[in-house]
Amino acid sequence: MTYLNKQLQIIYLKLILSYKKTLCNFNATLSTLTHSPPVPQVPSATMPVSLLWAVDVYGRVYSLSTAGQQWEQCRDAQMEFKRVTAAQQCCWGIACDNNIYLNVHASDLPVRYQEETYENQRWNPVDGFSDRLLPSDRWQLSDVTGLQHQPLDNFRLPSSSWEWEGDWYVDENFEGEPTEKEGWSYAIDFPATYTKDKKWNSCVRRRRWLRYRRYKAMDTWAKIPSQQTTLPDPFSDISCGGWEINEEPRGRLSLWAVSLQGKVWFRRGVNSHNPCGSGWISMVGEMIMINVGLNDQVLAIGSEDRAVYFRQGVTSSELSGKTWKVISVPRDGDRSHSSASAHSLQSAGCYFCGEVRAQSLVSDVESDTEKGSTDGASCIITSSSPESFVDAPTEHSDQPIETPKSRIPKVTSDSFISELVSDRGPGKTSREVRSAGPAVLEEETIPLEGEVKAPDVGVSLSPSQSVGPLDPQWSNVDLEEAQGQQAQTGAVVDTADTSSLSSVATFTLAMEDPYGVDEHPMWAWVSGGGCSVDSHTQLNWFNCSMNTSSMVQSVQSMSLSVTPAQTAAWRKQIFEQLSERTKREMDNFRHYEQAIEQSVWVKKGTMQWWRDWKPHKWIDVHFALEQFSGPEGNKDGILFIYYNFYEEKKYLHAFVNEVTILVPVLNDSKHSFAIYTPERTKQRWPIRLSAATELEMHDWLALLSVSCCDSRGIQGPPSKQAIWSITCKGDIFVSEPSLSLEAMPYPTPCDQMFWRQVGGHLRVVECNSIGIVWGIGYDHTAWVYTGGYGGGFFQGLASSTDNIYTQVDVKNVYIYENQRWNPVTGYTNRGLPTDRYMWSDASGLHECTKTNMKPPSPHWTWVSDWTIDYSVSGGTDKEGWQYAADFPASYHGHKTMKDFVRRRRWARKCKLTTTGPWQEVPPIPLSDVTILPCAAQSSVDVVPLWAISNKGDVLCRLGVTALTPAGSSWLHVGTDQPFKSISIGAASQVWAIARDGSAFYRGSVSSQSPAGDCWYHIPSPSKQKLKQVSVGRTSVYTVDENGNLWYRQGVTPSYPQGSSWEHISNNVRKVSAGPLDQVWIIADKVQGSHSLSCGTVCHRLGVQPLEPKGQSWDYGIGGGWDHITVRGNSMEPPRVHLPSLTERTPLPVRNTEINSSAVGC
Amino acid sequence: MADDKDVLRDVWFGRIPTCFTLNQDEVTEREAEPYYLLLPRVSYLPLVTDKVKKHFLKVMKAEDVEEMWLEYEGTPLKWHYPIGVLFDLHASNTVLPWSITVNECWTQIRLHINDNNFPDRDLLHCTSNSVIEAHFMSSIKEADALKHKSQVVNDMQKKDHKQLWMGLQNDKFDQFWAINRKLMEYPTEEGGFRYIPFRIYQTMSDRPFIQKLFRPVSPEGNVHTLGDLLKEMYPAALPNDGEQKRYQVVIHGIEPLLETPLQWLSEHLSHPDNFLHICVIPTPTD
Repeated sequence: MTYLNKQLQIIYLKLILSYKKTLCNFNATLSTLTHSPPVPQVPSATMPVSLLWAVDVYGRVYSLSTAGQQWEQCRDAQMEFKRVTAAQQCCWGIACDNNIYLNVHASDLPVRYQEETYENQRWNPVDGFSDRLLPSDRWQLSDVTGLQHQPLDNFRLPSSSWEWEGDWYVDENFEGEPTEKEGWSYAIDFPATYTKDKKWNSCVRRRRWLRYRRYKAMDTWAKIPSQQTTLPDPFSDISCGGWEINEEPRGRLSLWAVSLQGKVWFRRGVNSHNPCGSGWISMVGEMIMINVGLNDQVLAIGSEDRAVYFRQGVTSSELSGKTWKVISVPRDGDRSHSSASAHSLQSAGCYFCGEVRAQSLVSDVESDTEKGSTDGASCIITSSSPESFVDAPTEHSDQPIETPKSRIPKVTSDSFISELVSDRGPGKTSREVRSAGPAVLEEETIPLEGEVKAPDVGVSLSPSQSVGPLDPQWSNVDLEEAQGQQAQTGAVVDTADTSSLSSVATFTLAMEDPYGVDEHPMWAWVSGGGCSVDSHTQLNWFNCSMNTSSMVQSVQSMSLSVTPAQTAAWRKQIFEQLSERTKREMDNFRHYEQAIEQSVWVKKGTMQWWRDWKPHKWIDVHFALEQFSGPEGNKDGILFIYYNFYEEKKYLHAFVNEVTILVPVLNDSKHSFAIYTPERTKQRWPIRLSAATELEMHDWLALLSVSCCDSRGIQGPPSKQAIWSITCKGDIFVSEPSLSLEAMPYPTPCDQMFWRQVGGHLRVVECNSIGIVWGIGYDHTAWVYTGGYGGGFFQGLASSTDNIYTQVDVKNVYIYENQRWNPVTGYTNRGLPTDRYMWSDASGLHECTKTNMKPPSPHWTWVSDWTIDYSVSGGTDKEGWQYAADFPASYHGHKTMKDFVRRRRWARKCKLTTTGPWQEVPPIPLSDVTILPCAAQSSVDVVPLWAISNKGDVLCRLGVTALTPAGSSWLHVGTDQPFKSISIGAASQVWAIARDGSAFYRGSVSSQSPAGDCWYHIPSPSKQKLKQVSVGRTSVYTVDENGNLWYRQGVTPSYPQGSSWEHISNNVRKVSAGPLDQVWIIADKVQGSHSLSCGTVCHRLGVQPLEPKGQSWDYGIGGGWDHITVRGNSMEPPRVHLPSLTERTPLPVRNTEINSSAVGC
Repeated sequence: MADDKDVLRDVWFGRIPTCFTLNQDEVTEREAEPYYLLLPRVSYLPLVTDKVKKHFLKVMKAEDVEEMWLEYEGTPLKWHYPIGVLFDLHASNTVLPWSITVNECWTQIRLHINDNNFPDRDLLHCTSNSVIEAHFMSSIKEADALKHKSQVVNDMQKKDHKQLWMGLQNDKFDQFWAINRKLMEYPTEEGGFRYIPFRIYQTMSDRPFIQKLFRPVSPEGNVHTLGDLLKEMYPAALPNDGEQKRYQVVIHGIEPLLETPLQWLSEHLSHPDNFLHICVIPTPTD
């Protein structure tokens, strides 16, 4: 565990570093979210390979891989086996020598176990710290508690399956922090709180020695030492489970075994560090067979009473459970009575109550240094359990062990019976079995199916190998007995030797009396593989009156304690009447139409799902969309994701009408997309799915998208009021604002907004409330919205047929070449061991070379070669290098004495071609655009549209109307310096940001003078460089390069430039102020319950005419968002306090008027 | 013997064959054919009569019709009662199919003439399915208040509530019961719910229904039966000794024995709204 901790700490530190470095990287969120290490050419949809284990009639063990097509005989199996039970990571078996063996599958992850011991020292004035301790002190070398003497050379390998990985070394890590060289931690006294720093009062110190041992017996059968007892008591049945109960520790499993004498053993301490476990715990009670079901619940059949027992109290903290509880419920069968029952019971009981001996709980010879607190607890409980069994030795004391004979039962083929206890004597060899095998099998009188007789019986075995009637155990092991029986042919009448199975079987079939209390059925086999029992729920299987625990609830509460007599009368009446009712009301009318159509349309497929639990990874799932028509004709649906949680099948579902957005998250290795609901938006944890191919993903996305729109009654193009946003991958989304989105005081929560995708690829989109929408691509091409919808992967009904055009976008992919200076050779690509990759991404954490770098997704293709990029912020020298004192630091464009590292950026262009409702507006490339947000009086009115060219020129578009949104020509507006951002408010107030980070206000802009007359310089907030501006109805908001959001104070009609900047918020990437003065931003570092998200859509709450700055943020979709515009949404929310509709809405209108007149003069 | 769970299925999948005919007074462009449908007993009329509406709209001017209301032999049928209850209350022991008359409310009439044909005294207006959903969910919450002091229903998530409603609306037994199961649990030591959510309907009285607090187990620890409940709530429904049975006690179209435990009835014969709807109707005189 400590080793793991250490690893985690390292990873954590790395993460923190990488996080700090990537904060400014816009692509960080989505790319790291979806980043998976570039696994070389593993098909994305392959199922993890697992093995099916089988034993043939000769005792040979075979495994069949889910990826393979043939049985592979287990190497290293000189041994014959009679029974195996497998877990994902290993297989346990009982060999013919009656010992238990373990075969751990080799994997890339070594099985390591950390041994530790503590060296303790005390300070004295003479020697300082020395190993001279006080008499009352602990050992010089001890365990962590100080109670166990643990010198280094006392540690032995537990078995030959282990090897030492290295020698002892001192752990120089203390609670996650590095210690001084020697690894000491200090305290006032033993035992106390230790610190890594020596203090004046530190009188004792200790340090930890570590040594790892490694499990080496991979892929071979390693013998598990059995419990030493006075008499040999061979194992007869094993069953393992343990994948359900808890995630931690990894690799833990429960192994239960039953010996021939009925003794039950639990293997303790089996986990990933210790695959063979640390010892056997003897359990109270005698069983003939055992089965571990789901949730690690253990079921067994009592050897004496043949009752089915349930192990109660199996929990993650007490894996071996508390006590056996007999399952005493009646059966529903009405079978004929047999008088043979009493005799059979007697004989069975007599035979199976073999010798019982009180066993002390001795752990086996393995060194057990692992702290087994839970195991220890259960140990104590077991031994002190009040129901400790009776010591009842019989005269057969040694006989059953030596000659446990049994015959193949004479039972009907349909009865679910397998052999009970049978074993070959220890001295017998297996060869004769093998030779005798087939011959004997042919003599079998059991009318079982042919597959039993076939020598490769294992082929047809079910995966749950230790369960079921076709268990090969009797086939291979009992041959000998069967042979013997043949000679004797029924001569054996001795009770001790008779297979009680036949009689039991008869008995079982003949058993009657469902309400019997004293007598109960005699069981032969039990399998809990399909029976899921939560550890905290109570079963109604046990005697009702005995078990009224007050804290538990009944599972189904279908049981009411009523006497059987009563049941018969009223219950029968109800059943009869219900079936009468069916006859009366329905039988003659079956031809009538059903009122509720069950027309359900399902699309199914396989995908991979980024699973919810740790460690997160892609797992194969079945995915289904179930669509049905609602009673009002509206379509609705449910999404199902069927997955395996360990061995159990589970599913996750989401109602289609709750899905808020479907986001494609393409990267180079996965065709994945994310599904959000309001809840998942809050948690920042979408359902992430990945399809096998791009085509498949697009099919699903298109279908799901249509389904979502159908369920919400959305169709056709976005409305004029729509809110547009863009992800950092360039995907465009649009949301229809509800009337109450800007309502006070209870607006629609942001996370409930439904977003649908629109084809195309943009970096910036801006709109206004009469439906004029412009976009700018990554390559700075200007695009105007055509009024269509769909495009991209949307086909058919989801896409409009005309006004969809081809759109091309080009962007740069950057990598960094890093170098370090050394006195001999100057700058070289030889870095320090701690340095970043010499070719890396901006963060330095990922190696990115010119050859291994791929385009961002399969949509992109390279269109140029790598070139040095000189346009890096901070400047470069002639060769493109930037210098710094160390990685990571701030870089500058010239070398100084203090600089020891340098880097330069390489760029390569890639191109994407898609379709969408966008038409190019040639010829000037743009970097920003803004459209007057207020509603125009009529559609012919010319709408002011301003833009910044790629070179920094300010442009004014002429001829833009609702009918001709592209306008006609550009008017150049002169500036003293290049600009980078611009915004026009509802009253034609134009604000812009220059490249130097200061703001400008354009004077005298009006409909008569659309370009205004001059720029007023407005200083930026102190020490901050502004980068973006957005002007709403009256509000002016800016964002600076450090992510601060500023509100312009003191903007009045007479002084529209305002007086000062007021800080509103930090971690802001972009702002959009709308015609209602609503404020929306793209925020970074938004806290969710699952993760921190960068690039989240946020809505300012509490914005009112008299309080334009608002109060708080409401968080919506994200992360991974890059841009939003709310400038189309001019719908006044319903105002409850307005007296009548005839009155004009007073405040807003007045404000606008005042402002516009102010600007006009 | 069948499993108790089979009762749940039988209850859920109970259907009443129904014949809808348009009221003779309605003005139509051509004659309206009757419409035959199997109505789920546990559902509500507006949830299942969409097809009926469409059918009759074909012969009427579509834009005129605002709302549809139904009556049986002159009795307006309350949409907020489960269909099975309406049938048992008004039409049990009659010839099947159940014959329901369809009345349409016209927009113009409602706007211009205050005295519309809509029976405002008897019926609530049902403008959309969300009204039914609200009614249904409030019934479930009321029932859980009685059963578990609202603890179970309050612990549920919104999507669970949605699932209950969607289950009913789309006739999905499994979907509904996956959630409803939780509402039917109770602490074993208490032997049942706190109070049994029930409603006793009668045709003979103007009172809509009887609903009082009643526990499944008596203070002495005896299990209360259907007979116990009626004895306290509606003694007239029980036959006196030696007397001819005057009333039938009908739940889901059947007459459970009076000694049936009330808790069992509540768990198995409740409607999806979690109430046990009991109809007391006069015994038919042949």
